[in-house]
Amino acid sequence: MKKREFKCHVISEGLVESEVLISKDTIMFYLITPEDGTVIEKGHSLEGKSIAGKILVFPGGKGSSVVQADGLYQLLNKGNAPKAMIIQSPETVLVASAIIMEIPMVDQVEQDFYNSIKDGDRVEVDAHKGLLKII
Amino acid sequence: MILTQEQKAMLDGKHGPGTGIAMKIQIKIGESFNAKRLVPITRAHVALSAQEADVWFAEKLSNAGAKCRVPTTVNPGFCLSYFKERNMVSESEAYLMTQTHSAYKNLGAILSYNCTPYHGTNIPRFGEITAFSESSATPYINSVYGARSNREGANSALCAAVTGFVPEYGLLLDENRKGEILVDVKADIKSDFDYQLLGYMGKKIGNGIPVFVGLPKDISPEALMNLGAQLNTSGAYGMYHIVGVTPEAPSLEAAFGGRKPDRKVVIKAHDLEQILNEISEPGGRAIDFAMFGCPHLSLRQVQEIANIVQGKQVKAEIWILTSSHTKEMAIRMGIADVIENAGGHIVEDTCCDQPCWSHLKGKYGVTDSPKCAYYPKRRGINFIIRSLEECVESALNGRVD
Repeated sequence: MKKREFKCHVISEGLVESEVLISKDTIMFYLITPEDGTVIEKGHSLEGKSIAGKILVFPGGKGSSVVQADGLYQLLNKGNAPKAMIIQSPETVLVASAIIMEIPMVDQVEQDFYNSIKDGDRVEVDAHKGLLKII
Repeated sequence: MILTQEQKAMLDGKHGPGTGIAMKIQIKIGESFNAKRLVPITRAHVALSAQEADVWFAEKLSNAGAKCRVPTTVNPGFCLSYFKERNMVSESEAYLMTQTHSAYKNLGAILSYNCTPYHGTNIPRFGEITAFSESSATPYINSVYGARSNREGANSALCAAVTGFVPEYGLLLDENRKGEILVDVKADIKSDFDYQLLGYMGKKIGNGIPVFVGLPKDISPEALMNLGAQLNTSGAYGMYHIVGVTPEAPSLEAAFGGRKPDRKVVIKAHDLEQILNEISEPGGRAIDFAMFGCPHLSLRQVQEIANIVQGKQVKAEIWILTSSHTKEMAIRMGIADVIENAGGHIVEDTCCDQPCWSHLKGKYGVTDSPKCAYYPKRRGINFIIRSLEECVESALNGRVD
């Protein structure tokens, strides 16, 4: 049987469960519509898809410190922020925003996890213990 | 992470709940980067924006009684008195700026409202540990002064100003300040404007710390300001080296710390022409205005504009954004009169990406800064990018070549 549990490193704490959405590209939260969570950045691998309420799996953040935080904040206010974020390259701007806005975030996930998931899978993110479970 | 007695006391709320919140955030950031300890800072700069997330967080700390232990300089929002007097902002827009002003005032911030603190109000020495946010500021102090700061967010820099500490990781450590990418500049880089375009090569340069070779030795402060601002519009850079110019790069070997570059990038004149075509609206048209000051113009640049427009009348109005200090100098020196008489405006404490520019929606303007063209795009303002001199000439003619 395939492995269902994976270790990770906790950045921002929390315990949530939802559907996975995978992005190949780095994300600028300012270029996501707060009203429905749809990615509007041209040429982005998630263009036209909604990140609202998803466990968002992506490489990391990009762009100006100011607008990144505001983008995430607007999504949170409208109830359309991701439920949790699973990233590969942490940088201060996104890390600080996740912590301050209390959105669970983890990194350093075992490589097997990436080989085992696809869009729509349900995953539990235990960002207390540092554990991901595919349900 | 190992905490000192004082840091533990802050975390436990003994310095007040606001400081406690800021310390908790700092520790979590530190843990996520595997920092071993927190180290004291002596300076900070917060990229205030007067956007909702900014106001929310500044008020959260301020309402919990936080005060800056290290008073931080701040970025501009927009100048309330200037734009209210001229009826250029709505009540709700003015309210957001008023709230921002109160929150930062209560936090004990230095209300400098200027995005180029490294040219005047907040200059660190070599090796000084600081917390600087703002895209043009972080690379400037790391690269040009050899001071140390990570590429902080506005919120993490504010936490650092409140607690007086930052987690020790990234660019605070010697081993992470070495060059990674050799950028061989084969183009002839002369004017301050050339550095705007060179900085916009972020996509070609890629991730890492760039080491520039092939640049002249006598680079102006404005050119270095432009380089950092545009590097962080086209990518994300906390630091760069220029061999023979910046203090941690006396030689190519020193810049790379004895290691080999991860990769080599060559920039040719053709690359710069191509990027300008990509990011600028096409020229050969009438224009409505000219905008300068992203980042804020220096006194020398304001003087340059005055020299060109002296005794003339512009056909398209000129907006010059700068610090309150530079504006005051311009007034004292008579430069402001020259510009106002020609039909230009010098505005202090204001950023080009603010709601006070809604009257420019749908219009076409010229600017010397790709960053100025990039962020206000979402406000529906269109820009043709040219050198500062060409922009001023265009404003006089009412059209751009």
